[in-house]
Amino acid sequence: MESDLRGLTACHICDALCRDETPAPGQRVRCPRCGTPLRTGHARAIDQLLAISLAVLVLMGTALALPFLGLEGGGLAQEATVLDAAEAIGSGRAWPLGVAVGALIFAVPLTRALALCYVLLPLRHGHPPRPHARAAFRLAIELRPWSMAEIFVIGVAVALVKIAGLATVQLEPAFWIFVLLGVLVTLEDIALCRRSIWTMLG
Amino acid sequence: MSSTQPPTMPEEIIGTTKPRPAHDAHVLTARRAGLVGCTVCGQVSHRGTAHCPRCGSVLHSRAPGGTQQVWAWLLAGLVFYIPANLYPMLITRTLGQEMASTIVGGALELIEYGDWGVGIIVLTASVGIPIGKFIAITLLALAVDKHWKLDRHRLLQLYEIVEFIGRWSMIDIFVVAVLSALVQLGFVASISPGPAAACFAASVAFTMLSARAFDTRMIWDRIGEQSD
Ligand SMILES: [Zn+2]
Ligand SMILES: [Zn+2]
Repeated sequence: MESDLRGLTACHICDALCRDETPAPGQRVRCPRCGTPLRTGHARAIDQLLAISLAVLVLMGTALALPFLGLEGGGLAQEATVLDAAEAIGSGRAWPLGVAVGALIFAVPLTRALALCYVLLPLRHGHPPRPHARAAFRLAIELRPWSMAEIFVIGVAVALVKIAGLATVQLEPAFWIFVLLGVLVTLEDIALCRRSIWTMLG
Repeated sequence: MSSTQPPTMPEEIIGTTKPRPAHDAHVLTARRAGLVGCTVCGQVSHRGTAHCPRCGSVLHSRAPGGTQQVWAWLLAGLVFYIPANLYPMLITRTLGQEMASTIVGGALELIEYGDWGVGIIVLTASVGIPIGKFIAITLLALAVDKHWKLDRHRLLQLYEIVEFIGRWSMIDIFVVAVLSALVQLGFVASISPGPAAACFAASVAFTMLSARAFDTRMIWDRIGEQSD
């Protein structure tokens, strides 16, 4: 009963029933009714996607350990990490806000990258998907809007302008890593063709 | 392709690999075929299937309750947006003096000191985007509820803009977080987030949930069936 539905897919935007076709190289399959791209991927995209996810994983881990911004004053040089920023806004009664900020800027991006690596690594080597790979991929998709590393970078830039008159702020390595993460997350969005990966997951 | 008769058999479903297919093609929807499509993975199942056999998400042919959830989240977002603008966002203490600035006040201060560009970014992210989003979601939900005969592609574009831009309102929260962290490093002044910070973050989150609760498939069937 399920087999007759195998080659079909429904557009997630307008519910049009379409044949689930693979695009020719360099092309994308669009929904005939609403024009939404349904498939953009080709076989090599999985390598790119995996490379980006691995890079996000490694860079995010590094960024958390390294100082983010530094201040110099009174002969003392002090440094703050990204975790300090989450802690500072969530001090006292505002702790839920601190937890939320921490989640948006590193817990969610990190979880997404982990989930994508878990899903994609076996697929790349032609192995069958790991247990719960589908749940992990769904998690990665549903968390996307809540991953805000790239928005955080803009927030930092604005904060630097605001504080410019009061102190000299040094941009430490973790800041530049976050800038790079912002770029990588955007590239990841472009490389990620959900339907292609769902097909590989079976 | 230009036949006005919608296909009724899977064999008649329009091939989709043709370069730039004619949009608005009359197609069979999963619903009319007695199927339900998964919005996460695209898999189609027979109507009445509770969970998607591929990805496990809950299947609904259309959002249960129509736009009800959209309105509920939107209202929550609006309610939190009011205190977010009335209470101070940032409290600065320098040598016994306390200064509180609201979201708009902080942005205007930046403009006053000549930081035009940044002031406008903050104003756009904290005032322009949220208000634009409230209006856009209201319009989308009303268009579905009231069967307004609006251009479906325009409505979809509006929805895509809301989905894409809505998250960027969070900028000001991160600004406050970074300022508080920097100043805790040992300054004469101390900066702490005001009550508006949590309200604003909640408002942004609720409006994001409102946009996500909107089922775009309703743009097509309700409005579409009216004008076709
Ligand atoms: Zn469509
Ligand atoms: Zn599914």
